[in-house]
Amino acid sequence: MHKLLGFLKGYRAVTVLGPLFKLLEAVGELIIPLVVARIIDVGIAGGNSAYVWKMGGVMLALGAAGLALAISAQYMAARASTGFGTNLRGALYRHIHSLSLSELDRFGTAGLLTRINSDTVQAQTGVAMFIRLVLRAPFLVAGALVMAISISPKISVIFLITAVIVSIILWLVMSRTAPYYRKIQANLDEVSLLTRETLSGARVVRAFSNQETEQRDFFASAESLKKKNVKATALSALLNPLTYAVINLAVIAVLYFGGKTVETGNLKQGDVIALVNYLSQILLALVVTANLAVTFTKASASAARINEVFAVTPKIIDSATEAPEPKDGSAKLSFENVSFSYYEGGRSALSDISFSLNKGETLGVIGSTGSGKSTLANLIPRFYDASGGEIKVDGANVKDYPMRELRRKIGIVPQKAMLFSGTLRDNLKFGNENATDEQLFGALEAAQALDFVQKLPDGLNSEVARGGKNFSGGQRQRLTVARALASEPEILILDDSSSALDYATESRMRHAIEKLPFKPAVILISQRAFSLMHATKILVLEDGAAAGYGTHSELLESCDVYREICKSQTKTEENDNDGRAQEQL
Amino acid sequence: MKKQKNAKAKGSIKLVLKFMRPYYPLIALALLFSVIQIAATLYAPVIIGDAIDYIIGTDNVNLEQVMKRAYILMGLIAAVMVFQWLASLCTNKAAMNTVRDMRCAAFNKLNRVPLSVIDTRAHGDLLSRVVNDTDLISDGLIQGFTQLFSGIVTVVGTIVFMVSLNVSVTLVVVLITPVSICVAYLIARATHNMFKTQQNKRGELSGLTEEALSGIKVVKAFNREEIAQKEFDEVDEELRKVGTKAMFYSALTNPGTRFVNAIVYAAVAVVGALMVIRSPSGAFTVGMLSCFLSYAHQYTKPFNEITGVVTELQTASAAAARVKELLEEKEEPADDGLPALEYCDGSIEIEHADFSYVPSRPLIKDLNLSVLPGKRVAIVGPTGCGKTTLINLLMRFYDVQSGRILISDTPVTDITRSSLRGAYGMVLQDSWIFRGTVAENIAYGKPDATREEIENAAKRAHIHSFIEKLEKGYDTVIDDEGSSISQGEKQLLCIARIMLTQPPMLILDEATSNIDTRTEQKIQSAFAAMMKGRTSFVIAHRLSTIADADLILVMRDGNVIEQGTHAELLGRGGFYAELYNSQFV
Repeated sequence: MHKLLGFLKGYRAVTVLGPLFKLLEAVGELIIPLVVARIIDVGIAGGNSAYVWKMGGVMLALGAAGLALAISAQYMAARASTGFGTNLRGALYRHIHSLSLSELDRFGTAGLLTRINSDTVQAQTGVAMFIRLVLRAPFLVAGALVMAISISPKISVIFLITAVIVSIILWLVMSRTAPYYRKIQANLDEVSLLTRETLSGARVVRAFSNQETEQRDFFASAESLKKKNVKATALSALLNPLTYAVINLAVIAVLYFGGKTVETGNLKQGDVIALVNYLSQILLALVVTANLAVTFTKASASAARINEVFAVTPKIIDSATEAPEPKDGSAKLSFENVSFSYYEGGRSALSDISFSLNKGETLGVIGSTGSGKSTLANLIPRFYDASGGEIKVDGANVKDYPMRELRRKIGIVPQKAMLFSGTLRDNLKFGNENATDEQLFGALEAAQALDFVQKLPDGLNSEVARGGKNFSGGQRQRLTVARALASEPEILILDDSSSALDYATESRMRHAIEKLPFKPAVILISQRAFSLMHATKILVLEDGAAAGYGTHSELLESCDVYREICKSQTKTEENDNDGRAQEQL
Repeated sequence: MKKQKNAKAKGSIKLVLKFMRPYYPLIALALLFSVIQIAATLYAPVIIGDAIDYIIGTDNVNLEQVMKRAYILMGLIAAVMVFQWLASLCTNKAAMNTVRDMRCAAFNKLNRVPLSVIDTRAHGDLLSRVVNDTDLISDGLIQGFTQLFSGIVTVVGTIVFMVSLNVSVTLVVVLITPVSICVAYLIARATHNMFKTQQNKRGELSGLTEEALSGIKVVKAFNREEIAQKEFDEVDEELRKVGTKAMFYSALTNPGTRFVNAIVYAAVAVVGALMVIRSPSGAFTVGMLSCFLSYAHQYTKPFNEITGVVTELQTASAAAARVKELLEEKEEPADDGLPALEYCDGSIEIEHADFSYVPSRPLIKDLNLSVLPGKRVAIVGPTGCGKTTLINLLMRFYDVQSGRILISDTPVTDITRSSLRGAYGMVLQDSWIFRGTVAENIAYGKPDATREEIENAAKRAHIHSFIEKLEKGYDTVIDDEGSSISQGEKQLLCIARIMLTQPPMLILDEATSNIDTRTEQKIQSAFAAMMKGRTSFVIAHRLSTIADADLILVMRDGNVIEQGTHAELLGRGGFYAELYNSQFV
């Protein structure tokens, strides 16, 4: 938790003043038993009613002052804690965006979302409670101790012992329960996971009629969560009774030793009452703290989860400040002996890949599932950094470009067609804020999306639901292609981005892209051989290595893997004696 | 409006009571224990006051009597300690059990509602009803209820004890304290709206982050980090402003009520002291005054806590209403009394079926279809033409609105859903993997499968060698989010599931869309071997993979517009021929 305190920046004054006001308020509260003692020892003993009234007035004044101080303290606590929360959230969000995909993979989207949206609130509540309530307890305990010493140094020893014992109890119970709460959190995560799975897999669960198994598993998880909760609360429920016992044993001690001291004339009756009052004040303050223990355990668990993210430093560093000058005669994009693995020392996802690609040319990438096609695409915009070899754009290593400059050159259509809420126009202008409607329509036309967009009642102003859920898979795919084209990129990466399209649409799209006026260098990833057989060059990947590199006809001659792929995709035609496909290939 | 609100609150309380019923004995015990504990707590000040009256002044202390009181006090301390702990133990146990039961009921409900509920409602929302709302109910309704109860007992008990000591001082306490309720009420009313705005802002922020993080690759590719951050910071800043206000105003309650307490305390001190002075006979002693002072504390405490309890109750009843809504969702009509599908020859008959997801947008109109046993049926057509809907109807994920579907000459509504679904093996485009070992995932449809059977299924799905390469082979734990396995590998696992169960009929909805064609072809041959003599439905985009089907259904706008074999359809030169030829443009 303390690691996050830096996010109180800008709120230092209120963070310090808040507790200070709390301290003053506590001092006021501590004076009250003294005033009561005066009422008894001076007012009652001397039969002085006027004095009693006067002291009553003093108590009211102290109460009013306390009110004013408390209100100011609450205001400062509110400012400091919400400011803290906002600073923390903003910084966390920024940090997340600075991380590369390999670091983000470790937390998962759901994990990051919980951290931003709920863990920060827990941490914020922790700060608020700390300023508002927790500091009161030590203040009151310390103050009561001071007051006790001023009344009777001998009896104050009882206070000292009590404070020590109560602290030990607090520490013991809290430290014992903390691990339980962590386990509870983990179990709760499991309960959520099971629920999420039963929702996302509703069709499969029902297809296999596995509802009962699902329910049994869920019950088991809910049951073990319950057991942990019962155990944890049984332990933390010890706090109140134990504190109560210790404080009241102290009261007995005060009565006994106080009585003895009064007998010898070194203490007055009112003083004994004041001492007892101090003890009950301490008790009340401690009870509040004990009840907040859960809040703090939660806050510190949340803080730990947030710190996990902050602890990760981006491995991909954006250090270049100026884009290198393009070297004459160099290819638009080239891979030189590039290799890559997702984990250090892990299985290599790409090994020794080389190719080069000029403006207006197309590189087709084909290979089986898991052969490294998407990995290759991910390396170009530096989603991941190559572990070996060099990737060059216009003759300069991609690492020498400022990240923004590099990515501005690249238009990417990811495998998963993802749109964002907003209007269609907002979505298409993603890569180029200044794109005109004319440009957008051009991009839509090339992406074969113009038809259905024009049929929409609101055209470009149509609302896109979160994730683009109001468009079909095929429509989403075409829109993401249009989005990439709208920024007129120098390098266009199509990562299997026509899988949801029928053949007619796909081939029209391919032709339109070939005719684009800005002539991008295209990386075309596909599992269909005919989609990329017209490409300038084709790279055949197998287990991350190049199994072949050349034109369609060269590869048909020389590359077994490629031949096999083509054959597998035309087999039925062969059986039908159709022959047309074979002719084409 | 208000009446409606009250009725709603009543309904949700009824729901909680229903779930609490089995734990009434525990709750009764908890209440009994807390009555004992409170009585002991309240009796303690009387004893302490008594003891103080034996400590009057120099040479006027009866230590023997003080010690007598000390022993009684020790007994009281022991009673408070034991019964307080037992009371919270019982409460917690009852609360946790109730939550567990509610959670399971909500989860089980998810498995019984029609699929349309799961398809149309946000999963996050359903999830939070199962996981979070149930927790809020336990925090609020159950703990809040016991807190309320012990508060009332404390107040009543204090009044009884005070009246037994002195009526007029009691009146002072009883009359002034309720002022704090008014203060608290006013503040709560003023802050209610602020909390609502705060909640809305939090929702907005969480929506924003969810979208940006789930599409983070796109955000990065288009250099949108700064824009995303700006949007985030704007909402975050608004949240800070609203949050500060909400927190500050709600935090006013505590100082407000404490100020009222200070007034009570001062009034008791003054009135009590004056009474001691005026009654030299000892009708009202200093010890009684001290006792009253501590009662003033005890009495006001529940009033201070009442606002917290009220907010908790409000949150809890809102949460209960959300859970109730889920639990009252209409279920799929029960099919307990229906016979199971005993024998399935694989014939399917669809007669005059009409279906639409939304009444205003009819999708399938008067669909007629007859499939002979053992035939391989391919369904083709553009996106959104109703292919997947047809599958939904065959599996009874949805029911036709008119017309009927027969399997083996039995209407599907006359047999149990589980036996109908068991007759099909289904592989969908979106592969579903749950957290568990690879082996568990494959054995999802046949949990008692031996390792050998599982491995054989994996081999036929061509995923065995991949699994062998995993860190722990078949015992490797995988989940849907992890990036350790690709989409294609996930799909192969789902296919292995079907290979294991060997169902009499097969539904493949884009089942190999993420798998490369070479692997696909090997799997097709495995499917073919498995499907010999069994009916199968195949949806695929690759026309080559469906050309050798026995029957091809060409769908468009919810209707089957052409049907026949590949050769017949090509010969007809219709829509199918157009689709087929386009892939070789």
